[in-house]
Amino acid sequence: MIGNLDSAVPPGDIGDKWTQHKFDMKLVAPNNRRKFEVIVVGTGLAGAAAAATLGEQGYKVKAITYHDSPRRAHSIAAQGGINAAKNYKNDGDSVYRLFYDTVKGGDYRSREANVHRLAEVSGDIIDQCVAQGVPFAREYGGMLDNRSFGGAQVSRTFYARGQTGQQLLLGAYQALMKEVHAGSVELITKTEVLDLVVKDGVARGVVTRDLRTGEVQRHSAHAVLLCTGGYGNVFYLSTNAKYSNATAAWRAHKKGAAFANPCFTQIHPTCIPPSEEYQSKLTLMSESLRNDGRVWVPKNPDETRPASQIPDADRDYFLERKYPSFGNLVPRDVASRNAKTAVDAGQGVGPRKNGVYLDFADSISRLGEDAIRERYGNLFDMYERITDENPYHEPMRIYPAVHYTMGGLWVDYHLMSNVPGLFVLGEANFSDHGANRLGASALMQGLADGYFVISYTLANYLSGLLGESAVPTDDPVFTQAETDVADRMNQFLSIGGTKSPDHFHKELGKIMWDYCGMARNEAGLQKALSEIPALREEFYKDVRVLGSGESLNQSLEKAGRVADFLELGELMCKDALDRAESCGGHFREESQTPEGEALRDDENFSFVSAWEWTGDPATSIRHEEPLVFENVALTQRSYK
Amino acid sequence: MKLTLNIWRQGSMQAKGEMRTYQLDDVSDDISFLEMLDMLNEQLIAQGEEPVEFEHDCREGICGSCGLMIDGQAHGPQTGTATCQLHMRKFADGATIDIEPWRAAAFPVVKDLVVDRTAFDRIVAAGGYVTAPTGSAPDANLIPVPKDAADASFDAAACIGCGACVAACPNSAGQLFTAAKIEHLNLLPQGQAERDSRVLEMVDTMEQYFGSCTNHGECTAACPKEIPLDYIAFMNRDYVRAQLRNRKLAGQR
Repeated sequence: MIGNLDSAVPPGDIGDKWTQHKFDMKLVAPNNRRKFEVIVVGTGLAGAAAAATLGEQGYKVKAITYHDSPRRAHSIAAQGGINAAKNYKNDGDSVYRLFYDTVKGGDYRSREANVHRLAEVSGDIIDQCVAQGVPFAREYGGMLDNRSFGGAQVSRTFYARGQTGQQLLLGAYQALMKEVHAGSVELITKTEVLDLVVKDGVARGVVTRDLRTGEVQRHSAHAVLLCTGGYGNVFYLSTNAKYSNATAAWRAHKKGAAFANPCFTQIHPTCIPPSEEYQSKLTLMSESLRNDGRVWVPKNPDETRPASQIPDADRDYFLERKYPSFGNLVPRDVASRNAKTAVDAGQGVGPRKNGVYLDFADSISRLGEDAIRERYGNLFDMYERITDENPYHEPMRIYPAVHYTMGGLWVDYHLMSNVPGLFVLGEANFSDHGANRLGASALMQGLADGYFVISYTLANYLSGLLGESAVPTDDPVFTQAETDVADRMNQFLSIGGTKSPDHFHKELGKIMWDYCGMARNEAGLQKALSEIPALREEFYKDVRVLGSGESLNQSLEKAGRVADFLELGELMCKDALDRAESCGGHFREESQTPEGEALRDDENFSFVSAWEWTGDPATSIRHEEPLVFENVALTQRSYK
Repeated sequence: MKLTLNIWRQGSMQAKGEMRTYQLDDVSDDISFLEMLDMLNEQLIAQGEEPVEFEHDCREGICGSCGLMIDGQAHGPQTGTATCQLHMRKFADGATIDIEPWRAAAFPVVKDLVVDRTAFDRIVAAGGYVTAPTGSAPDANLIPVPKDAADASFDAAACIGCGACVAACPNSAGQLFTAAKIEHLNLLPQGQAERDSRVLEMVDTMEQYFGSCTNHGECTAACPKEIPLDYIAFMNRDYVRAQLRNRKLAGQR
């Protein structure tokens, strides 16, 4: 039973909280750190940064990834950049402004103190990454370059061409491999965490499955850090990597960790529209493209001319028209909804009329093709490879796609879940982005959590455990967890049905996109809540997993992940139904302004929904953490 | 389009593998190569045959997970393109396509088309980093980095660690991968303190696993990120320099 969810936000002025709290928290002396075992699950930005940092400090760390190398985590695919309040452009940025923009961008559903801390450490992240050899874009004089991103009126985004995530992850991966070489971090690859071990209400370790041999293993520790990313793949089609999944987080939820704001999903406005039935994933085109690209659709829904033949007078630059001050750089949720409105009105472009144009013609005539190639060359190449169209000559076609999940496991100010000893970092937690994440803030949060937050808050937790050894792996709680995991694998293998795990995943994705996607309403969500349990029941009767559990078996891995998505999807719909307001990426059609913008209901919904597992998603219990805004005044967001 | 696929099937690291032939119909031009394999796998599962295991993840050409020998070419016929970004419009209707895993002693086959590339991580662990413990960094703009140097470093850092360079090399040499990681760091001011030890350690580790370079240049031709061959020359220069240099003078420019 989850008791009171205490955010543990320290007292004091917003600007002083973290500084004062760093002094107030307890430390672990260097000579005692080897006595503490820490498991880090996932090696993306948050996980690799945390494992490297804790290893450097002297803790005994195990880093576990299901990839064959830590460098393959999906952070690597982030394109556009990373925000930091350096104010190198001298254009009015500050820690407070980044804090303010993030709280506002999140539509006032994030926790102020966490966001302020994120803004405070943002500059340190850039310093750290540069020292590691991250080749950020530079001016000719050798100084770092910046660009602007949606939801901000300053240029605070650092970038490495269109591959910022790759370069930041390589920096963290290299730091991690340095610690692996030094022996302070044990790296365990191709291994999936399939259960969290909890004893007396405290996280004690994990049970894993070696994906190459099928061997189920036990790992005990003083603390477990989940850095396992988001759950956007619930929708089947998303910009997430194919392996990205919610299993570790969902298993932790089923062991008692509250799941917060599951319905807060981000639909990214600029992705390549789906083209055919076997489409396996959607590809993002970085938000940074909106710096130089103009979004438009033909005014006439029956337009048949190619884009270049349509004169300006017959084009609707709908973002510039409706939001003159932010124009094409409105936040993601706003840009996405407006694209949907245009396509729903029949103004969509492309063979399936399922996209809007993102046009670079003006920028190319102003700056030249070379300048555009320098900024976005790899993205343009990728677009051409996928669509067989040349975006230097004709506008890109884009459409929103599921990209990021703001919801995640509930954590307090220390990034600790309500299960003591279980910490959650990066996209896997819920804390910093409210109901909508601003572009270039995911990389910032992953690295903030991993490099600059966890080492302080984890020490504070571990200091209380000095002298206690980790629970031995032959303890009955470990035996039970191992048996459960093995039974589950055998269950999937023995159903012997007729349909592949992917079949069920696609069906679930369709339900989620239709009823819990960019726009949601009560009737649709009710429908989803009846269809998902039926699909789940069919899955357990009719899924077909061939082969054995004793070797590499991607079908078996997939079955486990889909089984968890089938529960999580239901909880997302339940949360979306429960939150009868619109905010950020959560758009309830019943709650909108006369202009069609998201209409919040602060009086009734200014809280974090934290769900408790009861054995069936249908009966999950919602708890509330009230959100208190002492610094940023709650207003209707306006980007006009 | 209709395709005939000859695919390497191998049950485990110890098992003996073989090429098996499959027919696949109604393949759309617009799908990617891996989506074509997804289609095949759905067909195999429906027929009760175990699906083909292949490594993949981001499907955006950046994670480096995928990598197949397609008709004997690493990542297939399109230059500068990882397998996941290759689309079926590059193949003719009625084509027969041979699909094999990377072939290199350093990359043993785990199952079917999946290989173990841990040797790459060992090379990076040997010195592919700048020792800059978290929190110790000075302000990011303290050390200006000339744009040309930053760009050259980036071009090397663009490596995705897929292993195509090794698979394409007649000697299964790891030079292009290793050089890219070394020069990513050695070209930057931040990488100078460990420049010599980095190249010595990483090259020595590379040589434990991989063959020797004899300047075929197949690596760069197969590289999905088109990493130029001259980084190998930079690495060789750094290696010789490191062998000869007195480390006590490493602080001098």
